Amino acid sequence: MTRLFISRDSTALSLGAEQVAQTIQAQTKDKHIEVVRNGSRGLYWLEPLIEVETSQGRIAYGPVQPEDVASLLENGLLEGKQHPLCLGNIEELPYFKNQNRLTFARVGLTDPVNLDDYIAHDGYQGLKNALTMQPTDIVKHVTDSGLRGRGGAAFPTGIKWNTVLNAPAEQKYIVCNADEGDSGTFSDRMIMEGDPFVLIEGMTIAGLAVGATQGYIYLRIEYPHAKVALNQAIAAAYQNGYLGENIQGSGKTFHLEVRMGAGAYICGEETSLLESLEGKRGLVRFKPPLPAIVGLFGKPTVVNNVISLASVPVILDKGGEYYRDYGMGRSRGTLPLQLAGNIKHPGLFEVAFGMTLRELLYDYGGGSASGRPIRAVQVGGPLGAYLHEGQFDTPLDYEAFAAISAVLGHGGIVVHDDTVNMADMARYAMEFCVEESCGKCTPCRIGSTRGVEVIDRIVSDVQKDKNTVLLRDLCDTMVFGSLCAMGGMTPYPVLSALNHFPEDFGLQKAAKV
Amino acid sequence: MQDYQSQKPIVLDILDAHRTMPGNLLPILHGIQDTLGYIPPAAVEDIAKALYLSKAEVHGVISFYHYFRTTPPGKHTIRICRAESCQAMNSKALENHAKQTLGVDFHETTSDEHFSLEPVYCLGNCACSPSITIDDEVHGRVTPEKFDQLLAACKGAK
Repeated sequence: MTRLFISRDSTALSLGAEQVAQTIQAQTKDKHIEVVRNGSRGLYWLEPLIEVETSQGRIAYGPVQPEDVASLLENGLLEGKQHPLCLGNIEELPYFKNQNRLTFARVGLTDPVNLDDYIAHDGYQGLKNALTMQPTDIVKHVTDSGLRGRGGAAFPTGIKWNTVLNAPAEQKYIVCNADEGDSGTFSDRMIMEGDPFVLIEGMTIAGLAVGATQGYIYLRIEYPHAKVALNQAIAAAYQNGYLGENIQGSGKTFHLEVRMGAGAYICGEETSLLESLEGKRGLVRFKPPLPAIVGLFGKPTVVNNVISLASVPVILDKGGEYYRDYGMGRSRGTLPLQLAGNIKHPGLFEVAFGMTLRELLYDYGGGSASGRPIRAVQVGGPLGAYLHEGQFDTPLDYEAFAAISAVLGHGGIVVHDDTVNMADMARYAMEFCVEESCGKCTPCRIGSTRGVEVIDRIVSDVQKDKNTVLLRDLCDTMVFGSLCAMGGMTPYPVLSALNHFPEDFGLQKAAKV
Repeated sequence: MQDYQSQKPIVLDILDAHRTMPGNLLPILHGIQDTLGYIPPAAVEDIAKALYLSKAEVHGVISFYHYFRTTPPGKHTIRICRAESCQAMNSKALENHAKQTLGVDFHETTSDEHFSLEPVYCLGNCACSPSITIDDEVHGRVTPEKFDQLLAACKGAK
């Protein structure tokens, strides 16, 4: 029996992976083959990708279109033979080989919803260890690992867990923030579609660590394929005693459920997410009290991003030190970086912190897709600063980015070539804030509308200097007066565009601050 | 628009199925929209009554979330991503082309009721921008030409 792998990942599907799989199946009816629908390796310029299992490893072909299938089969696809689309052993490609795949170890390798496959590839080793440990020891491993919240805020995960552990309550909750709304990010989606069990395992361990028996995954509605994969995996975990009462005979309980969002970006903010889970408008809450003390339904709650929780199993499997040995400075472990926008080799690359942005853009990314010079790069989603060429040597590290008034955020990077108009992008940042503000605080709700108007006036030469001063003042009010990062960080893309690319606003280069 | 009386039993069933679920309002609204295609404004009263909420609270939740709609959608819903990554790959041209081809703006439905057009802010398909969805299917690297082909395929399949 020959095993072929064709991805069920959204992006692979968006490029025709389903049609390729169907064509293969139709043309190999007389042969003894199995088509496994795996996650994606994340090398998206090569999708749809077919991998065939051979004695020389997994030989890959891509990008494959349905019309290529006949010629691939004629030339010995099933034996891993040569073809113009043949890429050789997928794991020997430098783009793949040079990564440090800790969190994404199984993504692209296994059948995402096959529990046996998960266990055969070191799955549930972390939980096995956690079941023999005291809650404080589990938390200690996570603290020792140096793991910081991968959703963007980079708050130490161990400290958050410890707070919930020490908050006395009858009921506590684990909430997974899977409302990955930042443009240029898709690592959460790839985990949920490509290895959902690792998230389930991470949440179960979190439950054991803090004494929570109920978990929710708050998933954005824009991810229908992730919903299917998660629900399939959760059902398999329940059936096999990995979720529910008496997990693996330990007497411990953990229930898990997927809840769908409804297209509100603000619900990626943790307190707004909790309101939404409670069935309300996603209005941001005042902090304190922290969700760790007063969270979902008023109970102590761990709210973590998908990647944070999915990094927990490897930490509990191999120990906090193993994870901590990757990275630089106070940024420990690995970050799944996502390259998107105008880039030749878009995709996901999980590497240790410390690589420079330039290495990522050119060595991995291969420069722009259009072949034109890269002019601006937005890191960290719609609330992240735009960086210019002179800043590309910044290492990918939380503190190094903070030092240049930028954020690393969730590791999403959107590339723009030299045709971009940065005044348009600044205006869009304000417009997005108008669209997505929850409306609770004035600087965000009104400031964003005024921001669009002021940028329009600057661009159309109405009292340019006065309005530029006004825009800076408005940004200042938003940064310091907003309740959450929505209003508080919208000025990052606006001011970085204004400071680094004043010419796009019709301002003198000398105005650069 | 359909008469609410014919939809009411469906709404009541959905309410009943979620009676004991904590934080059940969003799952209920999803259930109604998944079944009927939208949330009939007349359903607000039934929802409010079942959940011991005011009608204003229920209406407030429906109107807060972009995804929920209170009018019937076209046969197919097309969502075009407006976010940065897609903009970097010329989604604005695609957006204009779609509006022109369909003869509608965002949040509108074509007069033949085949297509509703909605904006969306990121589909997580940023590695292959620009992206759109047609119903639950994601499509990447969508040029105006590819858009026309997808549209034709939709019309052919109906």
